[in-house]
Amino acid sequence: MEKKQTAPVGFRGGPGPMGGMRGGGTPQKPKNFKKTMKKIFSYLRPFWGRLALVAISAVISTIFAIASPKVLGNMTTEIVNAYIKSQMLGIALDINFTNIANIGFWLIGLYVVSALFSYLQSWLMTTITQKVTYQFRHQISEKIARLPLRYFDRHENGEIVSHVTNDVETISQNLNQSMTQIITSVIMIVGILGMMISISWQLTIIALMVLPTSMVLITIIVKRSQRYYDRQQAALGEIDGHIDEMFSNHAIVKTFNGEQRSINKFNLINNKLYNSGWKSQFLSGLMMPIMTFISNLGYVGVAVVGGWLAINGKITIGDIQAFIQYMNQFTQPISQTANIANVLQATAAAAERVFAFLDQAEEEPETNTVAAPKLIRGEVVLEDVSFGYDSNQPIIKHFSTHIKPKQSVAIVGPTGAGKTTIVNLLMRFYDIDSGSIKIDGIDTSTMKRNDVRQMFGMVLQDTWLFQGTIAENIAYGKSNATRKEIIAAAKAAHADHFIKTLPDGYDTIISETADIISAGEKQLLTIARAILADSPMLILDEATSSVDTRTEALIQSAMDKLSHGRTSFVIAHRLSTIRNADVILVMREGNIVEQGTHIELLAKKGYYAELYNSQFNQV
Amino acid sequence: MKNLAKYFKPYTVWLIGLIILVWGQAYTNLTLPDYMSKIVNVIITSKSSKDIAPIWNNGLQMLLLTLFGGLCAMAIGFVAAKISTGYVRKLREAIFIKIERFSLNEFNSYSSSSLITRATNDMQQIQTVIAMLLRMAFLAPFMGVGSIIKAHQLSPSMSWIVYAAIGALVALIIMLFFVVIPKFTIIQKLVDKLSLQTREMLTGVRVIRAYNNDDRQQAKFNQTNLESTRLNIFVNRVMMLMQPAMTLIMGLASMAVVWYGAYMIKSHNLQVGNLLALMQYVMQTIMAFLMISIVFIMVPRAAVSLRRVSEILGTEPSISDPISPVHLAKEIRGTVEFHDVDFGYKGSKQQVLSHISFTAEPGQTTAIIGGTGSGKSTVLNLIPRLYDVTGGSITIDGIDVQQINQAELRQHIGYVPQKASLFSGTVGTNIGYGKPKASDKDLSKAASIAQASEFINGLPKKLDNPIAQAGNNVSGGQKQRLSIARALAKQPEIYLFDDSFSALDFKTDAALRKALNKELSKATFIVVAQRISTIMQAEKIIVLDDGKIVGIGNHHDLIRTSKVYKEIAESQLSAVELGED
Repeated sequence: MEKKQTAPVGFRGGPGPMGGMRGGGTPQKPKNFKKTMKKIFSYLRPFWGRLALVAISAVISTIFAIASPKVLGNMTTEIVNAYIKSQMLGIALDINFTNIANIGFWLIGLYVVSALFSYLQSWLMTTITQKVTYQFRHQISEKIARLPLRYFDRHENGEIVSHVTNDVETISQNLNQSMTQIITSVIMIVGILGMMISISWQLTIIALMVLPTSMVLITIIVKRSQRYYDRQQAALGEIDGHIDEMFSNHAIVKTFNGEQRSINKFNLINNKLYNSGWKSQFLSGLMMPIMTFISNLGYVGVAVVGGWLAINGKITIGDIQAFIQYMNQFTQPISQTANIANVLQATAAAAERVFAFLDQAEEEPETNTVAAPKLIRGEVVLEDVSFGYDSNQPIIKHFSTHIKPKQSVAIVGPTGAGKTTIVNLLMRFYDIDSGSIKIDGIDTSTMKRNDVRQMFGMVLQDTWLFQGTIAENIAYGKSNATRKEIIAAAKAAHADHFIKTLPDGYDTIISETADIISAGEKQLLTIARAILADSPMLILDEATSSVDTRTEALIQSAMDKLSHGRTSFVIAHRLSTIRNADVILVMREGNIVEQGTHIELLAKKGYYAELYNSQFNQV
Repeated sequence: MKNLAKYFKPYTVWLIGLIILVWGQAYTNLTLPDYMSKIVNVIITSKSSKDIAPIWNNGLQMLLLTLFGGLCAMAIGFVAAKISTGYVRKLREAIFIKIERFSLNEFNSYSSSSLITRATNDMQQIQTVIAMLLRMAFLAPFMGVGSIIKAHQLSPSMSWIVYAAIGALVALIIMLFFVVIPKFTIIQKLVDKLSLQTREMLTGVRVIRAYNNDDRQQAKFNQTNLESTRLNIFVNRVMMLMQPAMTLIMGLASMAVVWYGAYMIKSHNLQVGNLLALMQYVMQTIMAFLMISIVFIMVPRAAVSLRRVSEILGTEPSISDPISPVHLAKEIRGTVEFHDVDFGYKGSKQQVLSHISFTAEPGQTTAIIGGTGSGKSTVLNLIPRLYDVTGGSITIDGIDVQQINQAELRQHIGYVPQKASLFSGTVGTNIGYGKPKASDKDLSKAASIAQASEFINGLPKKLDNPIAQAGNNVSGGQKQRLSIARALAKQPEIYLFDDSFSALDFKTDAALRKALNKELSKATFIVVAQRISTIMQAEKIIVLDDGKIVGIGNHHDLIRTSKVYKEIAESQLSAVELGED
């Protein structure tokens, strides 16, 4: 009568062994278990009333569940006693059906109440854990908005996404499972043990002898199978990696005649996977039969010894029946408690990752800010600016420049020279280490970050569009824009034409990953977005290789239109842009090494001149 | 899905063995309760405490039976592990070899990410389900039917309890199935949406902040979060019904056995000892039906994976070697000729290339320029037969490429793709990928022409420096240079560069072109480019527009004769550099 454990919702077992008796692989260990658990409980504090109800329900349902086999045993005893009586006295069998019905109604009551409270407890607990899950996700998303860019530039996006999905999921599922299990398992173990002893201490000894034997055997098997399981996981990782690599580069494999080599390597790993796989599966699969075998041994022992006791009149048949039921129920809470430590460890490890993220230093709070001027002329002055992504490794050192309103600034330099650093500083994505950046005479570090950012329109090469319609994307900087304004902006950005060819025109849904529009067209949309936002200053990133030549021409024309009459900073690749710029900032290895106009810089015969000549002088 | 069954054939004997073992296990489980009732009958009929011998006797038999059952179960585990992993090994191998033979046509129609999933996740899914099925699919019916028969034998008039319990159980499962399963898909979608929106917040962090739109993103995420919370609460509440309801059903069923059994005993239709056995059979039947329902949940999942795998095995590569191939000379000249070539992707009506004819001569650079979608890359892909032409022909030194074995043809071609991709290994294995037997000297030479020597020598272990998967530990420009070196190390006669220089800065680009001209004066170069400056010196420039050739000539001719070329050039260079004045 073993209770079948239902898998928690959404649980996805890994490709692990089938035994199901362990957490799969080596559980991740949290660094500070106590502290993390304390923190998790602080999230549960608002629900303490309901948690108390959960605990009470769990206690009631478990106690009633423990009582029922004994009561059912009484029913059997009632029958058996009547039978024995009739045998001994040689009279007709006379079963007292009123007694049986009485016991029966009691039993139905026990079963129903136990089931009701068990469900009540799950109902409450699932609500609590889901609300905590919501809370975690909500806090993470808010945290994303408050973290400095420095954090994002140093961490993989996938890592943060997995906090939102996997880590939070692990916490909620494990909480749901372990919180109630801790209560029910302890009561079950104590309660069942008590009932067993009260029935017969002799039988209890037999039943308990079974436990250490299976524990020892299981530990031996787990140790063995762990080795093969780890090997299997390693081989699995290897084979997935190989498949991924080969299929992602199929054209290369083909043109370099690498198919046979690839297949050979594959077969090698595949055999490794097979050899460790079947052993791992077999060994971990041994667990169930061995457990069953040992519990059957206990069953035989109880049957024999119980029989002997019964003949001697020391135990009733109903009690033997109840005892067997208890014995069957006993293994579950024990394996649960054995597993709970692992579950809690995994919970704490996941929670620790989430908390570590939530505890990251945020952008410095803004106090005593100066209001930004209403009308911005667009004068940008950098005075003695020093900056480094690592504070002890400055890359821009004591740089000063003066950009007059409506001037255009070209930022040039080879790939990887750190041209986006200027963008990061102007937009205050990063704060400078020393010196000042002044817009119309006001130090940007004294303004609100949002105010500074509002002054710039930005078109990056790494175009970002969100999942939504084209119209929504264009209106991203001006959410109250009318359809007319949106179309006007699209027209100005030369995007209207291609938008109209899309299935739903301006209402076509695009997403980050959607392939329905090309990279160049995406850039046109971001230009339209900047046109509509109508900021007094601009930051532009000219298109390079991912865009075809004709679209590039369109982008160029749109950018020219956009930057007309505005102070603009252009990460430039086109010679004409560079040559027409009022100021050229030449970057090399993160630092700004030269500044001036095209003519001035050529005359200087420095790094710029070298760059220029290597590109356009005849080879 | 017939093509999947044949991989089971080597395991026929194993399968028969498995069924025998499962029968043994089921026999044990079904017979054990009999002994229990015998013991009980001994107890209640015994007149004195000396009648202990039959109990010992029964106990010993039970012990042996338990041992037999345990051994059967372990052997089942062994056989199931052997079959499931062995079958999947064969299947995985078959599918991998099949996919390696696919041409780009098949890769396009399936997409490489789908092929990867099929060879990895689907395989794992299949293995898990087969292992589970082998343990359950035979045992559950044996146990279910066996228990019902046994219960019927003990007391035919009490079978209704078994049926009622099964009925309740099945009703419960079906209800859950219909209420909850459709919601699972929605939950999965919401999880995807949550991660997508998080990713959006992260990739767009600069734009979001630039436009001060944090609140809007938050609101959007919050809505999805709420939606997901609500649905999860609902689904969990329904799912949580399962356990209390199951316990209730089992409790009531065992109670019914005893209660109703009392009446049966009274009317002498049941022996007292059989009461306990009957209870066991009811439980075993319920367990068996639970197992069956798990099988029913698992099978459709595996069926999806199986169908996806079967689809692959049923697909034949569209490009294969000729039956009687023509062999190329050991060293070829390398003249590549397109004769009125047409091309369209499989299943697409649109023509990507039409009436393309040109000759690329050895010792010369033939450049191809044109807008996106004009078919530039496709022209290159046709030469090593990554795709086959749909009209016309391509010849190398006068021999149709379709008459040459693919491997032989490709030996003479060095291909550098637009997106440089490297393999895990070392710098050396990557450069030598097309020529595994190349000496270090050859590799260094190739690296030096590709302008990669400087950075390779800066690496701690130089040529032996490890390259991570997808080349993630080197920069884009370095990857591109290694990818070029890889083509050079092969020492082919024909080089195909698909816009391979754009990841390089202008300086490296220029130095590389200079080195290529100097070192490989006899080779045929076919170059797709975006930058006019890269191809200005080419002997022949082909201007493509919408899959058609709209101009052939050198820079100076085209600037006068081709409107498309002029347009492109003007957007990139000034009049002085165009040499117009």
